[in-house]
Amino acid sequence: MTGEPVLEIRNLSVEYGYDADAVRVLRDVNLTLHAGEVLGLAGESGCGKSTLAYAATRLLPPPGIITGGEVVFTSTRDDRRYDLLTATDDELRATRWEDTAIVFQGAMNSLNPVYRIGRQLTDAISAHRPEQSARQRRDRAAELLDMVGIPADRLRSYPHQLSGGMRQRVMIAMALALEPQLVIMDEPTTALDVVMQRQILQQLADLRTRLGFSVVFITHDVSLLIELADRIAVMYAGEIVEDATASQMYRTPRHPYTDGLLHSFPPLHGPRQELGGIPGAPPDLMSLPRGCTFAPRCRVALDRCRDERPALTATAFADREPHRRVACFQHEREAAAIPPSLTVM
Amino acid sequence: MATTELASSDQSDVVLAAHALSKHFRLHRGRRRLHAVDGVDLALRRGRVVALVGESGSGKSTVARLLAQLHPATSGEVRLHGRPVKVRAGRRFRAYARRVQLILQDPFASLNPIHTVRYVLTRSLKIHHPGIKGEALEQGLTDLLTKVHLQPDRFLDKFPHELSGGQRQRVSIARALGATPEVLLADEPVSMLDVSIRLGVLNLLSELKNDMNLAILYITHDIASARYFSDETIVMYAGQVVERGDSETVTQRPAHPYTRLLIASAPDPDNLAAAPETNGAKGEPPSLIDPPPGCRFQPRCPRATARCATESPPSFPVSGTQEAACWLFAPAGGNEEVPR
Ligand SMILES: Nc1ncnc2c1ncn2[C@@H]1O[C@H](COP(=O)(O)OP(=O)(O)OP(=O)(O)O)[C@@H](O)[C@H]1O
Ligand SMILES: Nc1ncnc2c1ncn2[C@@H]1O[C@H](COP(=O)(O)OP(=O)(O)OP(=O)(O)O)[C@@H](O)[C@H]1O
Ligand SMILES: [Mg+2]
Ligand SMILES: [Mg+2]
Repeated sequence: MTGEPVLEIRNLSVEYGYDADAVRVLRDVNLTLHAGEVLGLAGESGCGKSTLAYAATRLLPPPGIITGGEVVFTSTRDDRRYDLLTATDDELRATRWEDTAIVFQGAMNSLNPVYRIGRQLTDAISAHRPEQSARQRRDRAAELLDMVGIPADRLRSYPHQLSGGMRQRVMIAMALALEPQLVIMDEPTTALDVVMQRQILQQLADLRTRLGFSVVFITHDVSLLIELADRIAVMYAGEIVEDATASQMYRTPRHPYTDGLLHSFPPLHGPRQELGGIPGAPPDLMSLPRGCTFAPRCRVALDRCRDERPALTATAFADREPHRRVACFQHEREAAAIPPSLTVM
Repeated sequence: MATTELASSDQSDVVLAAHALSKHFRLHRGRRRLHAVDGVDLALRRGRVVALVGESGSGKSTVARLLAQLHPATSGEVRLHGRPVKVRAGRRFRAYARRVQLILQDPFASLNPIHTVRYVLTRSLKIHHPGIKGEALEQGLTDLLTKVHLQPDRFLDKFPHELSGGQRQRVSIARALGATPEVLLADEPVSMLDVSIRLGVLNLLSELKNDMNLAILYITHDIASARYFSDETIVMYAGQVVERGDSETVTQRPAHPYTRLLIASAPDPDNLAAAPETNGAKGEPPSLIDPPPGCRFQPRCPRATARCATESPPSFPVSGTQEAACWLFAPAGGNEEVPR
């Protein structure tokens, strides 16, 4: 399989707001990323994916508060090992972008509007590589842009002169500029056509082989993850509900929610079909049901599911799938849990 | 049903149209120009959806902005109910924006951070119901949020920074719908939504186009959703339309080599194990700064001939309503063979 752990997220909990108004958005999240691995993180809109990315890199803006847990980073290039959540600001600043880089979900909007993109790339490089000449930095910036399919004549463009997808690609280039050990990408390809998306993901795969970094790829698009990721973690209402290799997830989803995610794609090829979906809405994080958070929408839920919250544990088939985890009392069942419904047109 | 079919091809149904629309941006005070959009024709009809798909940077958002009158056109025309429109600012622009609503591509930039969801939606409801207040206003707000699958009690008093990406997108959609426009220009309105909610929102738009006779331009990278949700699909590459036709034909029997590449590259949920056959995928889009003559896809095209490098292909009929701007479809005598 893959190498040693690079990032170990343990019992991470996050709240937004204070006292009585606080919403617990992440509850005891446990997740490990191994060296060289691409870990996909999927889940419905609002389930806490971006919050996890921010908290794990300690970039969570107020009123977000990390209320517990640890995030241990282990360098693969030297023998440093530290908890990101207790590191000092100086330590964080020195290692950010070199140890861990992040592409934010709003990346399209996070370039500085008053500087040309070439300048923004070279600035990022010079902050960490002061020994390089201006010429070297410019060449590197052009090389990075080329990697994401933007012609070098656009180095002199301002952000507003680029399309949405081009700005997204500049941010991907920026994250890779210092060859970090770990890259977290939050919905990095929402504005890219599928051809460009494939091209960039291929580049990413090649770089990973060459440089050996690890990736956390956050997206709502499970079909993309099945192709791209080694392992997939599915989140629901602030918790990980299933964690398995991409092919296990695709062949035998064990959590009914994962099953629903996989079976609601409108097919592009072949006869037109009625479209499935997952009936109901995600729960209000302010007032979660007592039992399994998915139970109100689940077709196979029993009384126990409404009373008790299932923990994320090894599956009943642990001898065959030792590293797989699922949080569902019914995960041994055979039948698909989600019927075709929510018919379109 | 046959009558609606006929009526839909009638010019009188056209609400908003672009005629030979072009936008060239001047770069860095120089003389060089970036050809973002070159000679685009399209017509948005009552109760119909046109999907605009294509490569990143091909000019889709620029077309939407031109239609919304946020940019002046370099040449060509935008017509509303047959009459040319050129509004720049002030009262006339606001009157136009009431009828033609644009949902911007980036939900992180399009909501003013100092206003709550309640404020944003109230303002949009007041466009058509100036005095709305009390019970009626609350009901209107509740309806709007429910339609986009956001629970009103949870979201009405939130600020944009308290919302996730997909939640912001849905507030943008609700804002546009609140204004009950005639035309909706939706620039990747659901790109951050998971399939399940995405289907719900697209269903909602389908209902509205039927009930309110809304004309919709739907810009997307999700080709499967273009197939299910739109009547016509237009494909852009490097500032130009390369293919158009009814959505089923364009997605199932793509003609232009770029469209074929695009369709072949889409993840296929039924067959994810198979690597797609993507001829030409490696190539790069051309620079749009003073582009050379000839077909703009030619440097990447697996079927390019000498002619493609020098002469820009016009649109040729392929079958039915389908057209492709590719020499492969020139009538006999124009080029050697027809594919497929
Ligand atoms: N500053 C805040 N105050 C209160 N609630 C917040 C705040 N920021 C986020 N939330 C809530 O926390 C939840 C998780 O948000 P997050 O952005 O992590 O979701 P996400 O999984 O990334 O969703 P998406 O796919 O739509 O981007 C959401 O329901 C959101 O409304
Ligand atoms: N204000 C501007 N000044 C100069 N060039 C611009 C400006 N706005 C857009 N462009 C350029 O025009 C081209 C088309 O951009 P547009 O935003 O329309 O693309 P798009 O098809 O929407 O792409 P995406 O799918 O990535 O959003 C791009 O090359 C872009 O860099
Ligand atoms: Mg998010
Ligand atoms: Mg765009």
